[in-house]
Amino acid sequence: MRVNVTVNGEHRQADNVWEGESLLYLLRERLGLPGSKNACEQGECGSCTVYLDDVPACACLVAAGQVEGREVRTVEGLAEGDRLDPIQESFVECGAVQCGFCTPGLLIQAHDLIERTGNPSDAEIREALAGNLCRCTGYEKILDAVRLAASKR
Amino acid sequence: MSAPARSPQELNDTIAGGIGESPLRPDGTLKVRGEFAYSSDLWHENMLWGATLRSPHPHARITRLDIAPALAVPGVYAVLTHDDVPGENIYGLKYQDTPALAADRVRFQGEPVAILAADHPEIARQALKQIVVEYEVLEPITDPERAAHDDTLPHLHPDGNLVRYQRILKGDPDATADVVVSGVYEIGMQDQAFLGPESGLAVPDDDGGVDLYLATQWLHVDQRQTAKALGLPLEKVRLTLSGVGGAFGGREDLSMQIHSCMLALRTGRPVKMVYNRLESFFGHVHRHPAKMYYEHGATKDGKLVYVRAKLYFDGGAYASKTPVVVGNGTTLSVGPYNVPNAKIEGWGVYTNNPTCGAMRGLGAVQPTYAYESQMDKLAAALQMDPADLRILNAMSEGSTNVTGQLVDFPAPVGELIQRLKDMPLPPERTGPVDIRDMPGGASNTTHGEGVVRGVGYGVTIKNISYAEGLDDYSTARVRLEVIGGEAVALVHTAAAEVGQGLVTLQQQIARTELGVQRVTVHVADTSVGDAGSSSASRQTYITGGAVRNACRAVASAVRARFGRDDVVLAGGKLVASDGEALVSLVDVLGDEAVEETREYHHRKTYPLDPETGQGDAHVQYGFSAHRAVVDVDVDLGLVKVVQLDCAQDVGKAMNPDAVVAQIQGGSAQGLGLAVMEEILVRDGKVRNPSFTDYLIPTILDMPRMRVDVLERADPHAPYGVRGVGEPPTISATPAIANAIRAATGLELPRVPVRPEHITGTEEKK
Repeated sequence: MRVNVTVNGEHRQADNVWEGESLLYLLRERLGLPGSKNACEQGECGSCTVYLDDVPACACLVAAGQVEGREVRTVEGLAEGDRLDPIQESFVECGAVQCGFCTPGLLIQAHDLIERTGNPSDAEIREALAGNLCRCTGYEKILDAVRLAASKR
Repeated sequence: MSAPARSPQELNDTIAGGIGESPLRPDGTLKVRGEFAYSSDLWHENMLWGATLRSPHPHARITRLDIAPALAVPGVYAVLTHDDVPGENIYGLKYQDTPALAADRVRFQGEPVAILAADHPEIARQALKQIVVEYEVLEPITDPERAAHDDTLPHLHPDGNLVRYQRILKGDPDATADVVVSGVYEIGMQDQAFLGPESGLAVPDDDGGVDLYLATQWLHVDQRQTAKALGLPLEKVRLTLSGVGGAFGGREDLSMQIHSCMLALRTGRPVKMVYNRLESFFGHVHRHPAKMYYEHGATKDGKLVYVRAKLYFDGGAYASKTPVVVGNGTTLSVGPYNVPNAKIEGWGVYTNNPTCGAMRGLGAVQPTYAYESQMDKLAAALQMDPADLRILNAMSEGSTNVTGQLVDFPAPVGELIQRLKDMPLPPERTGPVDIRDMPGGASNTTHGEGVVRGVGYGVTIKNISYAEGLDDYSTARVRLEVIGGEAVALVHTAAAEVGQGLVTLQQQIARTELGVQRVTVHVADTSVGDAGSSSASRQTYITGGAVRNACRAVASAVRARFGRDDVVLAGGKLVASDGEALVSLVDVLGDEAVEETREYHHRKTYPLDPETGQGDAHVQYGFSAHRAVVDVDVDLGLVKVVQLDCAQDVGKAMNPDAVVAQIQGGSAQGLGLAVMEEILVRDGKVRNPSFTDYLIPTILDMPRMRVDVLERADPHAPYGVRGVGEPPTISATPAIANAIRAATGLELPRVPVRPEHITGTEEKK
């Protein structure tokens, strides 16, 4: 099967896509965008979260064929050239990145939260990020980073 | 063949900051951009995908193995079994007892039996089903206590089912006391649950060797074990560290190393292996579950008189780190307390349960939960405040521990507890509550009715670095040269950055010692000397020491080149003792780089006496203490950790922000073990190998933390450092368990504490 999809603003095409392949596999192995992470591939950890038509989704749970003609934005598409998005900057500044495997998914989810709410409360941050597992940080510095990014808006 | 197209990156972000400051990570920008190459991101032209066939049985004899049907699947390029292991089909971290691929017998569910390579990961997984294996299923051995004592059980390994027995006798082992408390404690099997799955890419070379790019904690120990299995000399098996998505001990044992290299060498093509989450649960070792019998005796005024304990550690099918768990478990068995008399026994055994090995807090997590439960029980018997009882008995510099070793460095245990005691408690709930702060959270199960609050303490002692006579060292190569008109340092070690921030620290040390701003951290690989493992809270100490030594050798060579030994390197210049800048480093270096390689070895330690367990086994201790506040819904058995405060002595906070982050992250893992994390095993079979059923704390589960960092320098350690990573994991668990006990009045002799333990509706076995 052939899949046409817009990824980070660019039209991309993939050939010989097997029907069982996930969007995550399409991005990582066929389109050369390994930023979205393969931590559980069961929709439980949130590490592969991407925007699918502006709504965060676990790329591992979306079949590659489902994205035909749609728009995907990955962690690779958050920065504008050398300029990091405020949420990326804040994660670095606050020490919210340790091993960093959960980071791409958290960035998309947090980016979406700030886009939607502007200045989320702690309870809102916790609720929005509850589907993103992090094993390194204990989450405190992730909270700091989201607060900081929101304040930069 | 060339390096992979996506390959590990040198880190040269120019970020300022020496030791004691908190510069940002040099890999931070790559990581937030999604450009950091983790081991599962590696890619090579023409690569194949490897996959592993695993035993469905915990204990069985293999009676037939036929790979022909799998080999016939289009897209499959090789199918290999134990017959194809080119070298010795046996490896292990401490004991050589683990086959790379099972030959005639499998000893745990998930043991690798065959491997194959195909041109699509799904073809690889489908082809696994075509391999024919016939098993004669055997009765699994699942009771560790029985495995320790019942020699009539079948032997899982030639020498029986005992991996290690260690006894420790101090003072009068049969001492008596006024007040005696006892208890039997159990701890479930915890998983490291690192997010980045086991993965790597093996690239065959024209010389008959292989390059392996992977996520690991110790490149050289992997190299030694892999080369032996491949029947190759060390120099033909070259390992390079890729991005590591967390480790926590789970990457100390081999997973895909030998397998991916075997497939690459057989097919002549690069082979990538990436475990999925299910396979990851089977593909790495877990934390040892334990059963512990404890008796504490004390005087009427609360002074500990004796501790007697029997500790059983279930090592599962292969030894892995079980010998070390028994060593740490017994030597740390009485905690950071002065105990004049003790009789401790520890057993580590083989069973057909999943193999257990290293996990953060190795060997100290289990006894800490037990002795800290005992301390609360003793406080209750004495009608004393639990914190005061601990302070009364706290060890300090000059104490002698249970193995007779003098503590000749600061040990501010009492101060840690006092500091927690002095921290404010959260206000009592009054009036309407945010439902999300209640046990059960947004599930809306309670509005406060049936909810009780409790406060608990947990304190621990953890040995740092390797013990019992091991020569523990690391190697660093440091080069100073002029690049683009600026003096630049290059730091090259084989030490694994697993997320903890070692790369930042290497830069900080080089900046401080060499007085330069720009420092590049070379990709870790086996072309430089051994660094030991990123475990035992040792890398800042040991590799940090090696980088310091190499930097000082470089500085010394620079001074020699300048012809004066009374100058220091600072601000890119050579500076005299009166502060006068004499010359630019750039001018002294010219076109000729200075490069030095140095090792750091920690102070010698000694094996334990096999009879008495006495000996100077440990080089240093880390100390931490937690105070937990919990709300418990006694009707539903749900727990909400309201606050979790920590005080820890780190000797010297090399990077204060990173230290706090380690403490927060470690505390989260300790919280997980207290209330949710357990690999459930029945009859040797894992019942929850997924993130759906094995729960780790989310951002909703972690409470606010106050972190109080003490810096009581260890005079024997580089910069005075004290290992940081493990202690907070260890002391968080008993603090929470004790808080739940304080809230409910229940015995709760097992962690994780499950709702059924609180409601008394536990299923009887």
